[in-house]
Amino acid sequence: MADHIVIDRVSKRFPPAKRGGAEIVAVDDVSLRIERGEVFGIIGYSGAGKSTLVRLINQLEPVSAGRITVDDVPISELRGKRLREQQTGIGMIFQRFNLLTSRTVAGNVAYPLEVVGVPRAERRRRVEELLEFVGLGGRADAYPEQLSGGQQQRVGIARALAANPQVLLADEATSALDPETTAEVLDLLGRINRELGVTIVVITHEMEVITRIADRVAVMDAGRVVESGTTYDVFTAPQTDTARRFVQTVVRALPEGDELAQLRAQHEGRFFTISFTDAGASEARVFGALARAGVDFHLVHGGVDDIQGRVYGLLTIAVRGDDDAIERALSKIGPGVTVEEQR
Amino acid sequence: MTDLTSILPTLVEQTGIMLGIVALSLAFGGIGGLVIGTGLYVTRQGGILQQGAVWWVLNVLVNTVRPIPFIILLAAVQPLGRIVVGTGIGTEYAIFAISLAATFGIARIVEQNLVSIPTGVIEAARATGASPWRIIRTVILPEALGPLVLGFTFAVIAIVDMSAVAGLVGGEGLGNWAVTYGYRQFDEVVTWSALIVVVIVVQLIQALGNWLARRIMRR
Repeated sequence: MADHIVIDRVSKRFPPAKRGGAEIVAVDDVSLRIERGEVFGIIGYSGAGKSTLVRLINQLEPVSAGRITVDDVPISELRGKRLREQQTGIGMIFQRFNLLTSRTVAGNVAYPLEVVGVPRAERRRRVEELLEFVGLGGRADAYPEQLSGGQQQRVGIARALAANPQVLLADEATSALDPETTAEVLDLLGRINRELGVTIVVITHEMEVITRIADRVAVMDAGRVVESGTTYDVFTAPQTDTARRFVQTVVRALPEGDELAQLRAQHEGRFFTISFTDAGASEARVFGALARAGVDFHLVHGGVDDIQGRVYGLLTIAVRGDDDAIERALSKIGPGVTVEEQR
Repeated sequence: MTDLTSILPTLVEQTGIMLGIVALSLAFGGIGGLVIGTGLYVTRQGGILQQGAVWWVLNVLVNTVRPIPFIILLAAVQPLGRIVVGTGIGTEYAIFAISLAATFGIARIVEQNLVSIPTGVIEAARATGASPWRIIRTVILPEALGPLVLGFTFAVIAIVDMSAVAGLVGGEGLGNWAVTYGYRQFDEVVTWSALIVVVIVVQLIQALGNWLARRIMRR
């Protein structure tokens, strides 16, 4: 697939907050290639630079160094009218929705159409179509404060899509929403990606958002991209500490330290950790092999996760029984499953 | 004691003149204040048309003119009045001087109200590729309209106050009438009828401002 957004050795520095203070490096020599039609996630703790990075893509902030191209157009080098023309091709949604309180729902969605000079009749038709698409048909004349958070974000999405952008930037777009509404908004973003072919860049600190919709992910820490790859690979085999800490918030981690000691106090027997990916394996095969060998076991920690529709399991079981029988049973489990004893 | 009915025609006439002074000063000062206040807001650090030098000049100008007591300003800008409106005395000159003072007072009120607009809304408009001028017209001013109306209401009442001093330069109006025929001739009926009319006018303006702002802010 072709590169849609190319971020090439980009840095963003802000002047020191206090006179004589140190310069703030928000984005530090970042290079990323985002493909056409993919959902690309950027995760990191607050202050990691992800929000600044996304604002460099549509040039709400100029870069301090490096270059960004969108559709082969070097947007980071444009100014004035030429820049604004490119910005109309990039939609953006925000954590706080940022709707105009002085305008109705329809007025908000029409805003980008006014900017690009769409005639009134055409504008009305397009607004209606967009509100239908995001599931807000009939709410055109409501004011933002009359809508729930989820509905407001739908208006934000309709507005972002109004001028038919090829790129949609989502800056913590679900962070102010409850889990149920988050799921609805993510489904909508998924539909936009599939049905309209829009490339989506998702900035978030919520890992569930990434596992649900992102094809690929970059992990940011202190202004740098420390790790990137397909969401499945990064989540099942994180390479850096930052990524590992993030992944552990969604993918069930191995018990360690106090937690492990507590589990040992509660459960007798030897502890084994079983991990498997979706290459044909499942916990059923492990449990079956142990049961057939006549060893007593039970699950003490972990679970099975869904990452981008693919399975990833990480289970810790306590096993009681004859050591030989245990070894024999475990040796029969077969490929695709890794078993490791916790000592 | 003066008979109230005998002064009524003059009272009505002078009230009309005062309202005229207030309306014209509000129009000129309102436009001037809106331009300078918006200028301060957009050129400041982080503004959509950030321009340190322009901001500095505007800021110094506002800070210099605003603290000057109006009665002194009224006397001091006579040479400027002669250039702009062709006279340094009378009602016309008073309107000029009040508009000038109102411009700088309103500028601060406008700036303070614009500062409270959430920056995210402006960012969202910028992300759509809107030009700074469009953002001023379609985002900044409409989003702050409710508070701006309240700020302007506050300014109108200050203008009513200033209009009372117009007599110093030979301007007419309720204030001049109250001073000349009420205070100087010890005629309390004149003084008090002028006062009561001013209080009523101010109450009406405030009520109108509140009503308008509530409608705009839909609460």
